[in-house]
Amino acid sequence: MAVAKALSVREELVKERLGLTSNYAAAYAVKAVDVDVIAAYPITPQTTIIEKLAEFVANGEVDAEYIPVESEHSALSAVVGASAAGARVFTATAAQGLEFMHEVLHIASGLRLPIVMAVPGRALSAPISIHGDYQDIMNARDSGWIMLIASSAQEVYDSIIMAYRIAEDSRVLLPVMVSYDGFLMSHTTEPVEIYHEEYVRKFTPRNLSRYRLDPRSPITIGVIASPEWYYEIKYQAIHALKESKSVIKEIHGEFNKFFGTNYDIIEKYMVDDADYVLITYGGASSGNAKEAAKRARERGLRAGVVRIRLFRPFPTEELVNAIKDAKVIAVIDRALTPGNTYEGPVFSDVITALYSSGVEKPVVSVVHGISQRTMLADDFYNLYKMLDEYAKTGEYPRRTVFMGLRT
Amino acid sequence: MSVEAEVTTTGVKVELPKSYEDIKDLIRIDRLPHIWCPGCGLGILLKLLARAIKNSGIPIEKHVIVTGIGCTGRIGGYLKLDAYHVTHGRAIPFAVGLKMANPELEVTVVGGDGDILAIGGNHFIHAARRNDDINVIIVNNFIYGMTGGQYSPTTPKGAKTTTSPYGHFENPFNVPLLAYAAGASYVARWSVLHQNELYQALLDMFKVKGFAVVEVLSPCIIYTDRNAMGDAVDLMKVIKERSTIDHNANLSDIDIDFSMNKIILGNFVKRERPVSYR
Repeated sequence: MAVAKALSVREELVKERLGLTSNYAAAYAVKAVDVDVIAAYPITPQTTIIEKLAEFVANGEVDAEYIPVESEHSALSAVVGASAAGARVFTATAAQGLEFMHEVLHIASGLRLPIVMAVPGRALSAPISIHGDYQDIMNARDSGWIMLIASSAQEVYDSIIMAYRIAEDSRVLLPVMVSYDGFLMSHTTEPVEIYHEEYVRKFTPRNLSRYRLDPRSPITIGVIASPEWYYEIKYQAIHALKESKSVIKEIHGEFNKFFGTNYDIIEKYMVDDADYVLITYGGASSGNAKEAAKRARERGLRAGVVRIRLFRPFPTEELVNAIKDAKVIAVIDRALTPGNTYEGPVFSDVITALYSSGVEKPVVSVVHGISQRTMLADDFYNLYKMLDEYAKTGEYPRRTVFMGLRT
Repeated sequence: MSVEAEVTTTGVKVELPKSYEDIKDLIRIDRLPHIWCPGCGLGILLKLLARAIKNSGIPIEKHVIVTGIGCTGRIGGYLKLDAYHVTHGRAIPFAVGLKMANPELEVTVVGGDGDILAIGGNHFIHAARRNDDINVIIVNNFIYGMTGGQYSPTTPKGAKTTTSPYGHFENPFNVPLLAYAAGASYVARWSVLHQNELYQALLDMFKVKGFAVVEVLSPCIIYTDRNAMGDAVDLMKVIKERSTIDHNANLSDIDIDFSMNKIILGNFVKRERPVSYR
């Protein structure tokens, strides 16, 4: 019944089914929500998003100002200004561009501005690499943004629509980053169902009941806070980010009902009875992990996958609940925290989440897919076999496993 | 007919033309073929720059090339010299640091209009203002070429690009005027078609004590394609037919507009100003 209802909902909402890259899907979502100001600077693999948006603006299909600024630092600064004036804004970048924005990332969250940004993840220089991984967004992890990581072009489209609702919710008022695989998704064409814009706009009404620059009632934004007040103001933003999780879940629920979808802040794949769970994020590693789980199940291993879709705020309780009955777990990171005890950043988050709930589990840190090093479904299948071995022997690696690394 | 044939790291057998005989020791043949499109002007600049370095009178080991991101940024990788490929826009501050640490070096930045004038624009005007003793070659192809053709700070008004599908409506920089106003000691503009003049300007640039700027007009197929200008060779023809050399031109009158009816080239500025260090 539920499925039939969801299908009929979509029949009414879906305008057309297009072949889109995740970058184009992002641009179509921004078009659908009706933004006012777009500012961006070209950088691979992001550029095609803003090319498409520039085309929409030039065609009059989007009633927005497009500011082709001279750098990413200016791109985010320009949308900070526009957002402070009450505009609905969008920007996009990747890798060095996100690094160059870094100063302003903290300004955006500190000022509680509902900015939405798309980031097809890419490796960081040096050495120069244009290829995909998630090193760039991990450096933005502690900048106070809400961070979603999508795994398909459809999900990129839907997530950006949701992002505006989340960012502009009066209980949240924080910037949202929607990330996905550079190249493997940003430049790969997939079928995407785009919605009639009137429905998207009905789902994303503008919330202007926030502090914004308006000459009729002047306020000052961004001024210095003395040490007597800085801590309290900062805490409000930290607290809002933490508390945003329940709002994000609520908006996911509303979106699912409205658009007949089935998103959650984590995605569980054959996890309920799984002994061995791979925790992943992004498109390629999750896709490979699911394929590997199927193969492992065919060979008698009870394998499952958890994909982290909401990365900040971290879905602590949901994740712990999903994996608490597993025997051995591996976290696959396509990013690095050099010099830490383990080099996988999300691994550390998973360990912290388990610790906070008093759950002790053998968890293995795996790094793979750096600068788009090819990840094979077989690599992930072998991981399940390794986890099975660890369960039998009780021994498991206490260092990060660097898969796909030539030695 | 070739002077050197080598199987490169790409597995392709590459032969340098005869005209490279004098500079073959400065070209990294193992890294060829280069990445540039057919018709691109960067290959010509590579040859002339290598020749100018060779004949600069400054020992080759004192020469350093610094490049940022973009098609032009790849030029350092094809030269058998110390070369640094740094982040987008930061070639000038990197070069200034190098020069300060070892003033005996002859430091040359080679960058595109996006690299030097957009994301690195602030560095450009301030290095010129301080008159840092480095050379800056700006390869102006009127567009962001490597990312596929978005408009840049030198895209003429009216030009079609991926970010201005119906024509660009902003004003471009007049590069020599900007360099002069900011304080550069030496300012020239040539095209890759004017090989002898460009070569001489590069030699002059190495002799300058202070901030030396050479703008090099270089056709880009990404630009010509979208603007129905034919191919890159056709743009060369336009430059050939419509350019005039006027060393004493009024710099405020040498903008290059979309029609390219008037392209003024020359060695415009040569002046002595104190440099930023002793």
